[in-house]
Amino acid sequence: MSNKIVNWFKYASPQSFYPVAGKMIPWFWVLAAIFGVTGLWISFFVAPTDATQGEGYRIIFIHVPAAWMSMFIYVVMATWAGLGLALNTRLSGMMAQALAPTGAIMAFLSLWTGAFWGKPMWGAWWVWDARLTSALILFFLYIGFIALQAAIDDARRADKAGAILALVGVVNVPIIYFSVKWWNTLHQGASVSINKAPAMATTMLWGMLIMALAFWMYSIAVALTRVRAIILEREAHTEWVKELSEVKQ
Amino acid sequence: MNWGSPAEFFAMGGYGLYVWGSFGVCALLMIAEPILVGKRRTSILRSLRRERIAETLDTQ
Repeated sequence: MSNKIVNWFKYASPQSFYPVAGKMIPWFWVLAAIFGVTGLWISFFVAPTDATQGEGYRIIFIHVPAAWMSMFIYVVMATWAGLGLALNTRLSGMMAQALAPTGAIMAFLSLWTGAFWGKPMWGAWWVWDARLTSALILFFLYIGFIALQAAIDDARRADKAGAILALVGVVNVPIIYFSVKWWNTLHQGASVSINKAPAMATTMLWGMLIMALAFWMYSIAVALTRVRAIILEREAHTEWVKELSEVKQ
Repeated sequence: MNWGSPAEFFAMGGYGLYVWGSFGVCALLMIAEPILVGKRRTSILRSLRRERIAETLDTQ
């Protein structure tokens, strides 16, 4: 038991995580490319035309993955932030900081693609509906987290302030998820849920799931690349950074 | 196969603006983000190398 704890803390140090992340990044890019190409091919060439929405429904293949990732990344970010507060590990805050911009982009994409889907189907780019409003709040939470951290010069204090914001904001994630059940909204209910059969054609479902995997792998690859840059920035004056081969050349 | 011709593919059954407006912006951001992160890495590495050179000059 104690050995396991020691091992986890070993990888919680930026010095040992930096090379591990560097080795993992190319694999996540490869996976992102494979899932991305397969997913796009299914999205446009395999999935049939929808009976009611024609070809317009194909926005689902990026809308749902982006929306899922925006919520998932937020939970992961808040978890890292909370770990940082509880255990005072240096890497946690860096991970939270690295995830925020990618999460913000996913939140923005879910809103943007949602608007481009809402316009032809509902007749409006935007409505103040529970699902849309809570998703907009998620985007603002990401922006708030990034802005708050950018406003505080001391990195460790910025981590702590950001962590509190991230943890308070996590309450919004279940609100987004259940908003279509709790309130009478214009947004449709969940097409995929754990306790019932998916309410969509099999090829459409597979296309969406594979695109979600592509978005997931992309997010990991780009967040790991960013965390490596953050590690170098924050540990710039340490000996191990000065001894790195990419610094020595 | 859903499409008879490339023109049909780009028209998306009349939903071209909405489908390509969504996929286009998505592609744009997912290309821009890795480029920006790459630039961030290049810039910190450049300043680390500069500092290293400055330090070796100091000790000489």
